[in-house]
Amino acid sequence: MSLESRRSFIKKAGATGLTFWLGLSYVKGESTAVISTAKSLTPFIKIDAAGITIFNPNPEMGQGSYQAVASMIAEELEVSLDQITIKNTSGEKEFGAGQWAGGSSTVREGYLTYRKIGASAKEMLVKAASQTWGVSPESCTAKEGKVLHAATNRTLKYEELAEAASLLEIPKEPKLKDPKDFKMLGKSVKRPDIPLKVTGKAEFGIDADVPGMLYSSVERCPVIGGTLKTFDATAAMKVPGVVKVVSAERVIGKYSSTGVAVIAKTYWAAIQGRKALKIDWDTKGFETFNSSDYEHKLRSLSKEEGILDKQKGSVDLPVAQVVESFYETPMVAHHPLEPMNCTVHVNGKKVEIWTSTQVPVSVTGPGMMGSMPALVGINPEDITLHAGFIGGGFGRRLYFDYIVEAINVAKQVDSPVKVVWSREDTTTQGPFRPMTFSKMIGGLSEKNQVVSFQHKVISPGFMDSAMPNWDKTKMDSMMTEGISAQEYDIPNMKNSFVFADYHVPMAAWRSVTSSTLAFAHECFIDELAHKAEKDPLDFRIDLQSTNTDTKRVLKKLREITNWDKPLPAGKARGVAQWDFFAGLSAQAVEVSLAKNGAVSVDKVYVVIDLGTVVNPDNVKAQVEGAVLMALSAAIHPAITLKNGVVEQKNFDTTPVTRMSESPEVIVEIITEGAKIKGVGEPGLPPFAPALGNAIFALTKKRLRKLPLEIEFV
Amino acid sequence: MKTIELSINQQVHRIEVDPEMPLLWAIRDIVGLKGTKFGCGQGLCGACTVQLDGQAIRSCQTPVGSITAKQKITTIEGASTRLEKIIQAAWIEHQVPQCGYCQSGQIMSATALLKSNPKPSESDIENYMSGNICRCGTYSRIKSAIQTAAKNAAKNTSKSTKS
Repeated sequence: MSLESRRSFIKKAGATGLTFWLGLSYVKGESTAVISTAKSLTPFIKIDAAGITIFNPNPEMGQGSYQAVASMIAEELEVSLDQITIKNTSGEKEFGAGQWAGGSSTVREGYLTYRKIGASAKEMLVKAASQTWGVSPESCTAKEGKVLHAATNRTLKYEELAEAASLLEIPKEPKLKDPKDFKMLGKSVKRPDIPLKVTGKAEFGIDADVPGMLYSSVERCPVIGGTLKTFDATAAMKVPGVVKVVSAERVIGKYSSTGVAVIAKTYWAAIQGRKALKIDWDTKGFETFNSSDYEHKLRSLSKEEGILDKQKGSVDLPVAQVVESFYETPMVAHHPLEPMNCTVHVNGKKVEIWTSTQVPVSVTGPGMMGSMPALVGINPEDITLHAGFIGGGFGRRLYFDYIVEAINVAKQVDSPVKVVWSREDTTTQGPFRPMTFSKMIGGLSEKNQVVSFQHKVISPGFMDSAMPNWDKTKMDSMMTEGISAQEYDIPNMKNSFVFADYHVPMAAWRSVTSSTLAFAHECFIDELAHKAEKDPLDFRIDLQSTNTDTKRVLKKLREITNWDKPLPAGKARGVAQWDFFAGLSAQAVEVSLAKNGAVSVDKVYVVIDLGTVVNPDNVKAQVEGAVLMALSAAIHPAITLKNGVVEQKNFDTTPVTRMSESPEVIVEIITEGAKIKGVGEPGLPPFAPALGNAIFALTKKRLRKLPLEIEFV
Repeated sequence: MKTIELSINQQVHRIEVDPEMPLLWAIRDIVGLKGTKFGCGQGLCGACTVQLDGQAIRSCQTPVGSITAKQKITTIEGASTRLEKIIQAAWIEHQVPQCGYCQSGQIMSATALLKSNPKPSESDIENYMSGNICRCGTYSRIKSAIQTAAKNAAKNTSKSTKS
């Protein structure tokens, strides 16, 4: 926004009252294949007669952005959290391209930017006060939402200074506080969204209540890849309460499929109507597909050379000992507890949407993850979004297929309509975390030094799933995420990718491909350590030639686990670490053998490397949650397809971690590093390999396939 | 369709519904109380937990026609007893919720647990609460919050008996 347009914007906003908007240019963040961000000039602070409002552009899905963003701004603005109102944004143009949540990016990319927004506003308010009083800005201080002039004992509230401040230039380089003066940042501040969440007051997307609203349940082709041929709604229309039955297209990445939507006065009636539908599906040959056959295909594809990810030295040099292993991981579902849902009112050209989404920016126009309006032929200007609190994202709500489908339903009815997916719909229709298979080869010298290392990934591709015209012979670097980034100093390395064609929609799942590749990579490092007859933790530390962040983290893990002290008989532990775009953590998992012969996961130590911490208690909560999510995927049945259909339907057949199986999780936060790293995801990848390595230490059985068969060890 | 009287949070609602409709949808969509959540529709996750005469029930598995006007339903919006307030305060103290979607059900279950078992052991808590899924993984905090609430509830009771 230019200064001129900013002024006119202020004027416009000011017409509705004494309002001060502050805009600040966002620095373009780091981009990776998954995550690219460009945050533009956006007004995050509003001060008017009603008080101070801070806008949070990073949707709150449990990760704590609601408090974190507000704290980063409020700390520098010199207001406390109970003096402000926090509002989540809904993809409005003025809040820019940064309106999304994913990639553990809120603090890692926004830390300085959000602080600068607060600091700039504070400087402007101080300057406005000093001009009012005819004193120097240096003689004034800001505190608790007021500017003070101590020498003359005068104060003015921010609300009283807002108009004058809004006419001043925005400082380009505002002075940031010395961290030793922080009142909130780095402290375990209570989250302001929590009182709303213990009283049932927090409004999630599914809670939208629009006058005159109808409800819809959609029958989709049970065979993934299939679509609608014909349907007969005669019986469905006879169900009391059913208003209309329509077909509706759902689009996810390159895939499109049409289902049949029953629209009714109540959701219950819509479900009954859906059961009465007669549908003829076009299953396009996918009705014979079995994921077990696809696994065979991945194994045979492992013989192919593949596309090079990274190469160093030569892996063809002779070595004293060659170690070879093959690792397999399955598809898993995200299982957010709030099922997919979206409420839409199409009123002529205008479209109003109520939903839970990780990408408000893409729902109202082109942005991160593409442009939703383009898929439904609607002008971005005609869309109004109401983004609610998110009842679990985990990557699933980075995709807007359920919004596209709901709009296609709502286009065919005058009233607003709420489309609610059942749990079974949410589980069986995808998208899923891709399965990755890994062929590992290591070479040891006569002195048991690791001299060569190879990791070949065989898997479907994210880019192929996302793009209709993706060149399948090209590298998809999301599928080799992290495998060439580990800080092991091994002289000869070759990592590669073999693409396996697929027809099932794929999605980023909390910690993306690292959640499966770390399992293969870090279990294999463990195999090499045992072959070299070295302690697995010291082996990893010794492979760090310089003072890497990884070395710091592993040494801290060594310290907090009291590594040199042997565990009591019947207990064992395994270790793993993972460094990827979102951040870095290392874990030690302690296991024992339960009476029934199953492995019991007793205790998990996590060291997370952050550079800086906004809310330590929230970091602990995120890591605790990440470990339990990783445990779910490591030991519970995965997603499989038989005759083209997903075999698991609900939490009985694809269980998630429950309280009774939750281990104790001990979290240690390191902030000494120079680089600011993410919180939400790094707690996941090291868990599965650390557990696999612990099971090996306990039983001498090397499990190379997820989910780990801990009942049959 | 049938006229059914429901006593929810000490207020009587007369609604016209299919008696087979699960109580969950009557509470959310007909009465309009959105704090009770839909999670699985099969009684597997506990997000829809409400209290029926003080017992925790899964409202997604309870046909609305099976409930009589005399039975008292409590949802999260009506959580106002001393015990319920102590539990909510403990939830805040331990900063339990992350996304928060399951927490109405968790609090309803915890209330029913502490009513029937004011001093639950750790395994009592695990057994009772394992029907409630939290996908964000807040279990250790739920456990701590229940222990704190149990302590605080006992403290208040002994104080009030002394005075």
